Amino acid sequence: MELVYAVCVGFMSACGIFLMLRGHTFTLVIGLTLLSYAVNLFLFASGGLTIGAPSVLNGSENYADPLPQALVLTAIVIGFAMTAFAVILAMRGRSDLGNDHVDGTEPFDRLAAEEKS
Amino acid sequence: MNLIDHLVIFPVLIPFFVAVALLFPSFSYSLARQRILTIAANILMVVIALVLLLKVKDQGIQVYALGDWSAPFGIVLVADAFSVLMVCLSAILGLAVIMYASAGDDKSGAFFHPLIMFQLMGINGAFLTGDAFNLFVFFEVLLIASYALMMHGGGKQRIQANIHYVFLNLIGSSLFLFALGTLYGTLGTLNFADMADRIQLLSSNELLITKSGALLLLAVFGLKAAMLPVHFWLPKAYASTSAPVAALFAIMTKVGIYSIWRVHGVMFGDQAGELANIALPWLWPIALLTIAIGAISVLASQSLRVLCSNLVIVSVGTLLVTISVNTVQASTAGIYYLLHSTIACAAMFLLAGLIQLQRGKAEDRFVTARSMPQAGILGFTFALLAIGLIGMPPLSGFVGKALILQSVTKASQAIWIWPLILGSGLIALIALSRAGTSLFWRTTGENTSALKGHPIQYLAIGLLVGILPLMVIFGGLVSDYAQLAAEQLNAGLSLQQLNEVAK
Repeated sequence: MELVYAVCVGFMSACGIFLMLRGHTFTLVIGLTLLSYAVNLFLFASGGLTIGAPSVLNGSENYADPLPQALVLTAIVIGFAMTAFAVILAMRGRSDLGNDHVDGTEPFDRLAAEEKS
Repeated sequence: MNLIDHLVIFPVLIPFFVAVALLFPSFSYSLARQRILTIAANILMVVIALVLLLKVKDQGIQVYALGDWSAPFGIVLVADAFSVLMVCLSAILGLAVIMYASAGDDKSGAFFHPLIMFQLMGINGAFLTGDAFNLFVFFEVLLIASYALMMHGGGKQRIQANIHYVFLNLIGSSLFLFALGTLYGTLGTLNFADMADRIQLLSSNELLITKSGALLLLAVFGLKAAMLPVHFWLPKAYASTSAPVAALFAIMTKVGIYSIWRVHGVMFGDQAGELANIALPWLWPIALLTIAIGAISVLASQSLRVLCSNLVIVSVGTLLVTISVNTVQASTAGIYYLLHSTIACAAMFLLAGLIQLQRGKAEDRFVTARSMPQAGILGFTFALLAIGLIGMPPLSGFVGKALILQSVTKASQAIWIWPLILGSGLIALIALSRAGTSLFWRTTGENTSALKGHPIQYLAIGLLVGILPLMVIFGGLVSDYAQLAAEQLNAGLSLQQLNEVAK
């Protein structure tokens, strides 16, 4: 189970980082969302993975660490708010700057310019 | 428990409640009432911070257990000399910023005062907290307030700089969570004192994971502090935002420095067993390079606000040097210099706002323009601040830099630090004199515009500028307190001590 979980988290963060390396706010937002999903799963696993165990002590030996779950809840709430802000900022940037590139101007694309001419 | 026992949490609670109150209709419709309430609240915060300062000096470290849950299970706020000093600094800075903004900068958009209050809440919380995850939460509080403050008033440049700033910090927050998860996985706790205790007991196969978590944390704090490879966002962000916000942001980089100090200077410091001082081999070259690159950018700056932003980067480098020297004496010097550089840079940003206003279209760029209506007083203040920022006597910049140079005793370190710090001072001298000459002397004709600074704006700048000579006159007091802070910081705090103090 640990292997599958780790591969999933790793793949998701890899996708997130790949999308974030593109220069447009739309892909950046999607990439950030993927990365924050990966972070949430990662935090969740930081207390160790257990199956079929209660999250709060009830006298039994086998229990799941409750703290990472609390941390994940906080992280989800904060991540959600931040994503909402990022989306609004991206829209504002698109309308004020006229394009959705993070630098505010599209970089000069030699290939596209040659094709046009 | 009487009220004085709850004093530690007041610097977090007051801005929070004031910010919420400002959103209610009776305040949100009247800017005058908002100004009065926030200025009153900030004066109260300065008083509380000073009371806390004296209390920590007399009675030692104060620990406040939230909800009376004892340390590893609940969240604690720890007020030691260093954190209280920083809270004091943020309160004074907040007061000056709000006074300055009350002259009209708060009119350019909605919710200026509530946002400033939320930002102060985040900053104070980040200084006071004794729990790593709580630190993350307060970082987010101060960041989301700063995102909105930075583009307050709007404008293409601000939006564009803000896109960089916001997305970089969002990535930083994700990395922060990765680092915290990693550390929690091996240490099983997020309380600073408890973490420091358990680092010594790690088994050998957990060392590498913990190390990667700690260094990831260094990258995150380095991003907030504008440490070398991740400092590119700073000049544009600080130079494009409004003057009071830029002044308040002068303390934001210091939050990053403060966290590096706490986590990598102390928690992973001398007592961390196998992982002792893991960040120092990285910090040392980065700190020196930050000074060098910052100083070169200072020379290349084309406007006063960009120049001042680059001076912030130089001061970040200087502070990182004092962290990497890693002695009580160096920390003392660093804490003194931190107070000085934050206040001087903030005052310069406020002054740049006035200069920009009075020069019309030329703004604060170093070009020939009409002379300013109030060139006399602006020029005098500029000269004072320049002396402080360069580090010339008689102001506190000189004392701060002298303390730092004095604290470097090893010849192998001195050979790098002395030339860089003195050289960056020389470069600041050249750049600031060039700035002063072109702003105040290269003028064509009289300015006919009647745009003059409001008296309260001058009062705000005067409040900050006045602290610089006071830090020299009462230099003994300040440096004694800085030494107390450095000693408490370097001694660290174990969980047992923490719980004893909490009782």
